Amino acid sequence: MKKLSKTQGGVAVTSEVFKASRRDFLKMGTLLTGSLVLGVSFSGCDKKSNKKVAFAPNVYLSIDGQGKVTIVAHRSEMGQGIRTSLPLIVADELGADWNKVKIVQAEGNEKKYGNQNTDGSFSVRMFYKPMREAGAVARLLLMQVAAKKWDVSVDRCDTEAGYVILTGTDKKLEFGELAEEASTLPVPGVSAVKLKERARFNMIGKPTPIVDLHDITTGKAVFGIDAAVEGMKIAVIKRSPVVGGSVKSVNDQKALKVPGVHKVITVKGAGLPATLSKPLAGVAVIADNTWSAIKGCELLEIEWELGPNASYDSAIQIQELTKEIAKSGKVRRNRGNFDAARGGAKKVIEHTYIAPNLAHATLEAPAALAVVKDGICEVWACTQNPQGAIKAVATALGFAEDKVKMNVTLIGGGFGRKSKPDFIVEAAILAKESGMPVKVQWTREDDIHHDYFHSLSVQRVVATIDKDNNLSGWNHHIAYPSISATEDPAALQPSDGELGLGATDFPYQVPSIRIETHDARAQIRVGWLRSVRNIPQVFAIGTMLDEVAEARGIDPVANALELLGPDGNITFSQETGKEAYPNYGEDIAVYPWETARMKAVIQRVAKESGWGKKLPVRSGLGFAAHKSFLTYVACVVQVHVDENNTVTIPEVHYAVDCGTAVNIDRIKSQFEGGAQFSTSIALKSAITVKNGQVQENNFDGYQIIRMSESPQKIHVHIIDSEAKPTGVGEPPVPPFTPALCNAIYAAIGKRVYTLPIDLRT
Amino acid sequence: MAKYSITVNGQSHEVDALEDMPLLWVLRDIIGLKGTKYGCGKALCGACTVHLDDVAIRSCSYPVSSIGAAKVTTIEGLAEKGDHPLQKAWEEHMVPQCGYCQTGQIMNAAALLKTNPNPTEEAIQQAMEGNLCRCGTYNRIKAAIMSAASVSEK
Repeated sequence: MKKLSKTQGGVAVTSEVFKASRRDFLKMGTLLTGSLVLGVSFSGCDKKSNKKVAFAPNVYLSIDGQGKVTIVAHRSEMGQGIRTSLPLIVADELGADWNKVKIVQAEGNEKKYGNQNTDGSFSVRMFYKPMREAGAVARLLLMQVAAKKWDVSVDRCDTEAGYVILTGTDKKLEFGELAEEASTLPVPGVSAVKLKERARFNMIGKPTPIVDLHDITTGKAVFGIDAAVEGMKIAVIKRSPVVGGSVKSVNDQKALKVPGVHKVITVKGAGLPATLSKPLAGVAVIADNTWSAIKGCELLEIEWELGPNASYDSAIQIQELTKEIAKSGKVRRNRGNFDAARGGAKKVIEHTYIAPNLAHATLEAPAALAVVKDGICEVWACTQNPQGAIKAVATALGFAEDKVKMNVTLIGGGFGRKSKPDFIVEAAILAKESGMPVKVQWTREDDIHHDYFHSLSVQRVVATIDKDNNLSGWNHHIAYPSISATEDPAALQPSDGELGLGATDFPYQVPSIRIETHDARAQIRVGWLRSVRNIPQVFAIGTMLDEVAEARGIDPVANALELLGPDGNITFSQETGKEAYPNYGEDIAVYPWETARMKAVIQRVAKESGWGKKLPVRSGLGFAAHKSFLTYVACVVQVHVDENNTVTIPEVHYAVDCGTAVNIDRIKSQFEGGAQFSTSIALKSAITVKNGQVQENNFDGYQIIRMSESPQKIHVHIIDSEAKPTGVGEPPVPPFTPALCNAIYAAIGKRVYTLPIDLRT
Repeated sequence: MAKYSITVNGQSHEVDALEDMPLLWVLRDIIGLKGTKYGCGKALCGACTVHLDDVAIRSCSYPVSSIGAAKVTTIEGLAEKGDHPLQKAWEEHMVPQCGYCQTGQIMNAAALLKTNPNPTEEAIQQAMEGNLCRCGTYNRIKAAIMSAASVSEK
């Protein structure tokens, strides 16, 4: 599965700081003579092959003669705050004046920046330490110069707000005065530098406003849709309504008569398999402006060869999968003997859980600009994965990868959609064929119809309670079209990676566990959406556990704490028959599954939310907890359900252990946003497909929550920790929906088995 | 195609456009003011909100031929220095995540405060219901509007 095969996954990384060549840094446009310029390179050892892996430098840092610090941000910004969080780590360790730090967005360049694929809640986890080391090395060099000037030992020096200071005196020297000489010193190895004590952080662990804040509030921020070059034309594309379809014939006469329309070009498309990188078949109208292109598109007369997916109906697939999961499946994890547990059970609880296809619906629809000139393709795009986009464009154009230049804009919402470069490839193909700079603009309808969808799922969970009132058996049946199938149509079963997102990593101490999967065919493009398979898998698990607690006559929070067992680390490997549980690409010895940390977030959320408190009629509290992307989260949702069965959410409490907290405010905002994102999933959103065609068109049919429907108060309690930091982009999503469902049960006694929630049925 | 003279942020522009071209595309593709965003094209999400005289409109669904002598204000013209009380409150509350919908949110809130300088939470909710935010910044938007309103009151 692409999502989990990350370059750094399974590699123990060490970093090294080196003096970068001026040329490497020239692009930043800030380089004056006398600047100290450092790069950080990673090298590591692949734990599988035991081979040395050399990584390119991922960080560039310069300090010029004026004391200006420039830091390259090499990950994509899509609202998670990474353009702020990674540079602030460097700046804090360096002791820089944050007001004098300039941040430059890196272009896509694997040789220069290593892996830039921004997904998997990955950036802070991977780059926290190297960023600190880069700052620490620069700090040491500057202090060495100052120490020499003052004729003191380096230990007496410190840095603060852009100065090296001599401790115990009021002597200080600005970074700018020291940079030139520092640039002539040999660079110490990272093992020679001492990282700051935690108590001395000025920014890490505190709230820092994002660097793009003012540009955003004044409309100056540049997203993919805003990219422009001289002479640019706009393309809007009418794509095959069915995945795998192709263009049989086109009559473009009417389209070409629209004033402003220049050309109509057919885009061949991937056919089948649809792939995670190639465009769909379509016909593009290229015009002077977006409106002419949209109008031209509406007037195209296209005959489609719709292909084998034209018979696909998502409602029928749900019915079929519901029958399928009633049978035995392929066993993917086995502990004890579930059949024996079921045979000896005092009580058996069994339910089927259904969740729909979902679209990302980023507020910025996909858009990319490409210019092809003199054998070089230059692109500006809102991409989460600039290197993936370079590869896809190079392949499509038959260019070498170094002939594709990828400029990364701000991303107006990603959630996994903008990891796929199909829209960028469209721009490149059209720019090459038309000989004009072309920006491809997706309409909202295009976006809703032709997404890489989070695919529908049907699950069945059977829980058994024995005569001693213990949860004795857990049997989870899972069926959904796999992400793998978008590349390989023969993939009918969930991949190990997908199951590792909440299913096979079921952490509770149940004597018999059997997880079984079933075939499901993908007939739409399936991709990953914020927290991916955790969404349905944890919906089923988290709501079933609430029923288990009820059946046992135990409070749900106490039930979870008890089932986690004694403090210790869980490994899953022996029971899955695999070498190792995927663990989000990390070695489980380095990032263990610690029950104590999970219990701590559960206890914290119970305390902060006033778990067990008395509430008005038709109000209730619901609880769920889940670790994903290596971050521990527990959630309590309070709901009120009125007489018309309208659900409102007055309050949400999250407790999170993401190790060392970097930017407190952005952790909170990711959880606030995660709660809202999940509320859409729980209450509103569904994509349905008939005759292979998506039935929803825009935000009227595919709904996401509005202000009045959103959780009113969201409290985020961050566990104080010095553990290695882990990501927060996706972990808020999974536990929210089951907590909400459990709260609805507490409020009105109705269980939820189907998403989105419809209390009328 | 027809010629239109429209006033945007106090400046007059002569534009040559199809009569049904929405104001959004006139602003973005012809005049080059890109702070106003495309979100849905059907007045469902509010990302394209601008003011026509003092009223918030969805520029994606407002044809250029209907503007006439009315004055258009976009995010670029809301406050010369980008320091409208709402912009300041937005920064103070660190509202944006990806930021894409935020200019539309601010323009919509600015029109609200013109007619109702001290709105209740309910009035804010009602007025902002047409503006979608996929990142989920609604609570901070509400808080920012309330604090901008209280500043203006003083």
